[in-house]
Amino acid sequence: MAQLTMIQAITDALRTELKNDENVLVFGEDVGNNGGVFRATEGLQKEFGEDRVFDTPLAESGIGGLAVGLSLEGFRPVPEIQFFGFVYEVMDSISGQLARMRFRSGGVYNAPVTIRSPFGGGVHTPEMHADSLEGLVASQPGLKVVIPSSPYDAKGLLISAIRDNDPVIFLEHMKLYRSFREEVPEEEYTIPLGKAAVKREGTDLTIIAYGAMVQESMKAAEELEKENYSVEVIDLRTVQPLDIPTIIASVEKTGRAVVVQEAQKQAGVAANVVAEINERAILSLEAPVLRVFAPDTVFPFSQAETVWLPNSKDIVATAKKVLTF
Amino acid sequence: MAAKNAKQLGPVETLQAIEEKFEMFQILNEEGEIVNKDADPNLTDEELVELMRRMVYTRILDQRSISLNRQGRLGFYAPTAGQEASQLASHFALEKEDFILPGYRDVPQIIWHGLPLAQAFLFSRGHFAGNQIPENVKVFPPQIIIGAQFIQAAGVALGMQKRGKKTVAVTYTGDGGSSQGDFYEGINFAGAFRSPAIFIVQNNQYAISTPRELQTAAKTIAQKGIAAGLPSILVDGMDPLAVYVATRDARERAVNGEGPTLIETLCYRYGPHTMAGDDPTRYRTSETDSEWEKKDPLVRFRTYLEAKGLWNEEKENEVIEQAKEEIKEAIKIADATPKQKVTDLMEIMYDPNTEMPYNLKEQYELYKEKESK
Repeated sequence: MAQLTMIQAITDALRTELKNDENVLVFGEDVGNNGGVFRATEGLQKEFGEDRVFDTPLAESGIGGLAVGLSLEGFRPVPEIQFFGFVYEVMDSISGQLARMRFRSGGVYNAPVTIRSPFGGGVHTPEMHADSLEGLVASQPGLKVVIPSSPYDAKGLLISAIRDNDPVIFLEHMKLYRSFREEVPEEEYTIPLGKAAVKREGTDLTIIAYGAMVQESMKAAEELEKENYSVEVIDLRTVQPLDIPTIIASVEKTGRAVVVQEAQKQAGVAANVVAEINERAILSLEAPVLRVFAPDTVFPFSQAETVWLPNSKDIVATAKKVLTF
Repeated sequence: MAAKNAKQLGPVETLQAIEEKFEMFQILNEEGEIVNKDADPNLTDEELVELMRRMVYTRILDQRSISLNRQGRLGFYAPTAGQEASQLASHFALEKEDFILPGYRDVPQIIWHGLPLAQAFLFSRGHFAGNQIPENVKVFPPQIIIGAQFIQAAGVALGMQKRGKKTVAVTYTGDGGSSQGDFYEGINFAGAFRSPAIFIVQNNQYAISTPRELQTAAKTIAQKGIAAGLPSILVDGMDPLAVYVATRDARERAVNGEGPTLIETLCYRYGPHTMAGDDPTRYRTSETDSEWEKKDPLVRFRTYLEAKGLWNEEKENEVIEQAKEEIKEAIKIADATPKQKVTDLMEIMYDPNTEMPYNLKEQYELYKEKESK
């Protein structure tokens, strides 16, 4: 097995599905000859030709509309939005069109589209590049929203997303692209959408996180273990739909939960997780469920980014409030 | 397919006829010779020298910015070398009260419009003080979303029109930006309202890696203006005099109530798209680079001015030294600017004369405590 970074695992998944299904098309800004600004599509145009992997003119709304149309022709489009901060330009195609194609045609048409897009803080991008906007799409019925936290998961989840017959928003945290490697099988495999992973088992507290916050939560759990707290960490992997059974089973076991998101308090998906826990497991709770989040400002100018982003220390502090309630 | 009336052009012939009309407007050729005497703006000696000074200064600013970026002393930076004529000669035709809506590569224009250099560096470093435009400087912070400034420029121009101002709104994007919906909406709105706007597309041949020919089937970007009913012109963007004249004329029409103009400037970006990892060798050849370098705006303008006895090495060195000195001073100011705090960001979220929303207020107290440690 090869040791791959997340970006390599993503390329691997795209290659796998381009090979498996001739209807898969990869397109977007700079994804062809240049291999994408992060090299996610490196070598794919050469391998599969300009028919299958191609550059588009510069227009996010155009890329979204093209995906709708190509779906009607029976293709399985995998467009890239260069940075998810540019998603506002393509919101009509995503929420107004793709999300409701099956619904408004009474089930006759569907949109097997996977929109890939980098996002996430900590890499000092200019404005409108790093925002955590998963809440924006997670709130739209008709869409699935996937956020991998590791190379292994990225490959399996992306293959599942591409094979899914409904639109999937696949968000790739930029900080995770090259931050670590792990073993990724060369052969194809899938990880089901809507299924969380228990990254670490514990009995005193459940930390629920996704994206780059999974690593921070794992660090926090190790810190807390030094103080003899046994902490379970759940990686949501899919933030819409949520894996309610995994979350509830864990909270019923531990009786305490903290939900972590990189997004602002008023954005993201943590509020939804807390509400589900309260509705389904309130009698198991020993303490209120608290959240760790970024402040309710616009994503900061890069100079203030590090302080603004939640980290393992914030998670430990909030966890202690819950543990000592 | 032939048209019914033999005299009437069919659709294919109509397109060809329009495209043939778009010849590149040039006044000063690559050798520094005036090739279009009738169009010569006859700038005064002082004006010619000032325009040259700005181009040399800006080239140095670009070189220093790249090296500061490499040393980790600057943040986000989009190189400008090769685009000096396009950027600065168009700006040279503007008045102080004209409003500029720049893209993120158009920092030189807003500096010459009055933005202090230190603020340009703070913008690059991701400090909002960089975007706190002084009251008498008529510019909007550089736009990050490609093309968004085009429709906004239509708004500024409409506002000027309603206020009865004799000013214009000027906006810039690139060849890639001309594919965005905002581009078409912007030129169309301004055209429909006959607003005083100037839309400048700096066609530097590549949108990051995507070459101009993949961007559109149109032979020129300038001709896109025809569809919106705009006077439109294709200009040699490496020729400062041609860019100046095209912008001057567009401005004159705009303030006379004759509506907006679309200008396409043919130019080149010598450097990478930005300093964040773009590698131009992946998408263009050194042959193409050197072909364009032969057209360099500074080289031809220098030749032209030297022949007129208006420029020499000594003058050039003076400008270079001045630029270096001022850049050094501006960096000092940027260094001395207090580091941006999260509470600062919270304070600029909503009207400071209203009560902060409860969530933000709670977080404000928390961060204030964190920041005091």
